Amino acid sequence: MNEFVELFQYTFFRNALVAAVLTSVLAGVVGSYIVAKRSVFISGGITHASFGGMGLAYFLGWSPFLGAAVFAILSALGIEWSSKKAGLREDSSIAILWSLGMAIGILFVFLTPGYTPNLMGFLFGDILTVQINDLYLLGIVSILTVGITAAFYKPILSIAFDSEFAKVSGLPVNVFNYLSSVVVAIAIVLSIKVMGIILVLSLFTIPAATANLFTKSLYRMMIGGIIVSLIGSISGLLLAYFFDLPSGATIIITLTLLYAFIKLVRVFK
Amino acid sequence: MSPLIQLQDISAGYDKNIVLHDVNLTVAENDFIGIIGPNGGGKTTLLKVILGLIDQEKGRVEKHPDLRIGYLPQVNSIDKQFPITVSEVILSGSTRKRRLWKSSPSDKRKMQDLLSFVGLEKEHNTAIGELSGGQMQRVFLCRALISEPNLLILDEPNTYVDKSFEANLYNQLAELNKDMAILLVSHDVGTISSMVKTIACVNGGLHYHASNKITNELLKVYNCPIELISHGPVPHRVLKHHDHE
Repeated sequence: MNEFVELFQYTFFRNALVAAVLTSVLAGVVGSYIVAKRSVFISGGITHASFGGMGLAYFLGWSPFLGAAVFAILSALGIEWSSKKAGLREDSSIAILWSLGMAIGILFVFLTPGYTPNLMGFLFGDILTVQINDLYLLGIVSILTVGITAAFYKPILSIAFDSEFAKVSGLPVNVFNYLSSVVVAIAIVLSIKVMGIILVLSLFTIPAATANLFTKSLYRMMIGGIIVSLIGSISGLLLAYFFDLPSGATIIITLTLLYAFIKLVRVFK
Repeated sequence: MSPLIQLQDISAGYDKNIVLHDVNLTVAENDFIGIIGPNGGGKTTLLKVILGLIDQEKGRVEKHPDLRIGYLPQVNSIDKQFPITVSEVILSGSTRKRRLWKSSPSDKRKMQDLLSFVGLEKEHNTAIGELSGGQMQRVFLCRALISEPNLLILDEPNTYVDKSFEANLYNQLAELNKDMAILLVSHDVGTISSMVKTIACVNGGLHYHASNKITNELLKVYNCPIELISHGPVPHRVLKHHDHE
């Protein structure tokens, strides 16, 4: 027990805990939205494409997360645009951006002279290295995301459910779609610090899918997703700390086991 | 009152592949028009032009300033696993005094009335995925009606509805027709011809003349695959199929 209390004296642990709480909020709200809209694959494309921005930013000596955010937003808008206007099939354009982004990222990391950045950290995340500045950014984006979702919940729901009907009833469907692409992209990029490029998608999918076992209403799914994500990431974080395991992987495995357990209980009940 | 919507010499399609050629159609208050035609004949394209979902390549669409469209899409175009309840679906159709978060009490009252109109009072909190195809269709009908439209557009409303409910649906539509014009698209000619006031056939083209009588002979000549059943008011307008090939 003492060891547990001691943990909170460490800044890195307190930061990690706050980061887990804030990414859980993003994962619950944004994750439920992308799961409901079936845009998990698009989000995967955006996440991986953002690695291109990280590599480029490294090469130029800029903030890697700024580079990632720019690439994520551009690829989100690019997918939306190319499938609507340029007639490219959506899954093809996602796959192209997905691997092109990774390729650009690796290329620039390779070209960067001298110090090689910690690739494992980008790919799999490291919640224990989160800095106070990351937390400010995460906090602001979490508040904005929750605020926008709450304020525009009805049109967001209508458009996600049936965009054609929403268009007929006069909602600015395109504006909302572009806006939500940007919000999703930013939420994902900020969570990369915690979960890494490869694992972040599961953080946005598993809690929402778990909540979806209990409720068939989007906003309840969002709230449930936050709760599930909190349980999974905090217990995953503690497990990672005490058993000295990689945090991102432990959190994902905890969340998956939680999902499987609840699913089984509901099947056999 | 001037026509609700008027299409003049409309040509439209997708990616330069024009499926509708020089179509004219006028919908006036309290019209009840059945649109029929073979698959690929352009029924959906015509609807999309009327709904403003695609732009025409040629021609003019004139809408009455007070046009309010209620739209019932094909049920199979909807994601049935989407996490949304019956009441959320219906309230999403409300356009007047749009609320961003909560729905107004008057909308909620209207929703209750509509649910009892279609006999789904008990289902208001049910997830749409748990409904049968016919129930879902009725929910979408409520969503189309909650904005109190003056033009109701139905795309294949009899796809999922079982036969016993079908008669029910048509009675309800006759009731609704007192307050609004109805445009109904169907491939099932037999059922719709008994209830609509006018039949239009879309097969590449559509012409809509104000004073002709429809006859079996005429329809055969114009290659319109319908059998005319003369229940109710005799159709008072006719459409010709113009061959463009």
